[in-house]
Amino acid sequence: MNFYKIIEEIEKIDPEFQDRINPRRAAIKNITSFGSKVAVAAMPFALGTLFKKAYGATTSAGVIAVLNFALTLEYLESSFYDAGVGTSGLVPAGDATYIGAIKTDEDNHVTFLQGAITASGGTPVAKSSLTFDFTGGNGKGNGPFADVFSNYQTFLAVAETFEDTGVRAYKGQAANLAGNAVLTYALDIHAVEARHAAAIRYLRANTYHVVINPWITSTVANSNDTGISLVDANYAGATPENNTTVGGINLLTLPSIESSSSTSVSVATAAFDEPLTQAEVLALLEGSFIVN
Amino acid sequence: MARRSFLRYAGAGVAGIGLISAASSCSKHNNVVPSSGAIDVGSGDPGILNYAYALEQLEAAFYTQVMASPYSGISITETAYLTDIRDHEVLHREFFKAALGSGAIQALTPDFSKIDFSSRASVLGAAKAFEDLGVTAYDGVGYLIVNTTYLGIAGSIVSVEARHASVIANLLGVSFVGSDQVDSNSLNISNKPSVVLAAANTYLKTKISAKSFS
Repeated sequence: MNFYKIIEEIEKIDPEFQDRINPRRAAIKNITSFGSKVAVAAMPFALGTLFKKAYGATTSAGVIAVLNFALTLEYLESSFYDAGVGTSGLVPAGDATYIGAIKTDEDNHVTFLQGAITASGGTPVAKSSLTFDFTGGNGKGNGPFADVFSNYQTFLAVAETFEDTGVRAYKGQAANLAGNAVLTYALDIHAVEARHAAAIRYLRANTYHVVINPWITSTVANSNDTGISLVDANYAGATPENNTTVGGINLLTLPSIESSSSTSVSVATAAFDEPLTQAEVLALLEGSFIVN
Repeated sequence: MARRSFLRYAGAGVAGIGLISAASSCSKHNNVVPSSGAIDVGSGDPGILNYAYALEQLEAAFYTQVMASPYSGISITETAYLTDIRDHEVLHREFFKAALGSGAIQALTPDFSKIDFSSRASVLGAAKAFEDLGVTAYDGVGYLIVNTTYLGIAGSIVSVEARHASVIANLLGVSFVGSDQVDSNSLNISNKPSVVLAAANTYLKTKISAKSFS
């Protein structure tokens, strides 16, 4: 499975990479130093004249690794929507434009990231080296979402989880791109994934009467608001979606319309989306959706 | 000013100590009023947080007024969504106010005279403008943020603004990834502060400037 090859490649440059992604190591909690020990390949970062003109920066191997992580996730989503849209009778005609818009975006994200990595002197992970199982069955096709391409509601549920998880994954990488020109592009993709996530939730709620908000509305007991307990881990992590302390400030003590001294858990958790680390994302995907 | 370890926010839960006000050795004041009469957001990371605070003040004030006098024919679903969005923006505003502490710019006076609060089209049109603008604003300054904690906070907020934008677009019956906001590579557009504030200032009596940012 190519994902391990990605790790091998990165380890040639950064022997401590495995430690960085090992969730049992405290190092993972502060991944801001991710790129600092990576041998910098002084590659000109030239994705168009825009980059040269604005920044003239070099792209480190660490940044390229982040882009390849993002590309892997985009391959997952792009392949998912390509398969779904390509399955005759799955997506109702009335939703074709809506779902098609998301598919187009994910396909474009793949193209964009491949180009960005290549322009930066890196090698994009090859799509052909990845195998996906959208039932979540690690290649057996009989995972917990067995009817993902025969039951449209299951397809939408998986889409919703992929989008929410993609948002969290990009968010978790921002610090690794701090100060780099690539950060803007990562933030721009991240925003579109959030548009997608809200759009899927809106569709499920307003057309298919699922009780779900466009924003992740957690409780103290449960970060996962999807009603699908199978995906609890996608809403958990070191900074779970029901986190209510941001920048050292307890959101629940801040004024709201209802109270001059408090804010509800539902508002506080919905108003701030939380990151997932790379290790957390991979643990959610490999061995289930990404076949290993 | 590379001061990643400068602000020890971990202890900032103590009442009255703002996230930014602890950084008192920063020599630039954040609320100097230039001769033009505009309030400048300041420079560096505190400047960016004040910039965000200004925009969140605007959004919070808008939605507060929307829900205080909802437009004709507002549906139950729209009421629920717009109430949620209002509550999120109020929280964002209060968060930045608390985080900035004595370094916060003043409370701003909005100017919503161009908006007809009795009209669904006018209100949702303005909402779409505010949400879309907010996304482009956060995306446009992310690369300038030095402290990665603040970058994380901006990241936590911008995806929620994007969710808002997506919902408002759906309520208006337009694409949640329209070409006015998402480019041909399917990246959300981003704007620099001068562009954002030119738009935001049309809804503010107290004008905002961000002179240290392009």
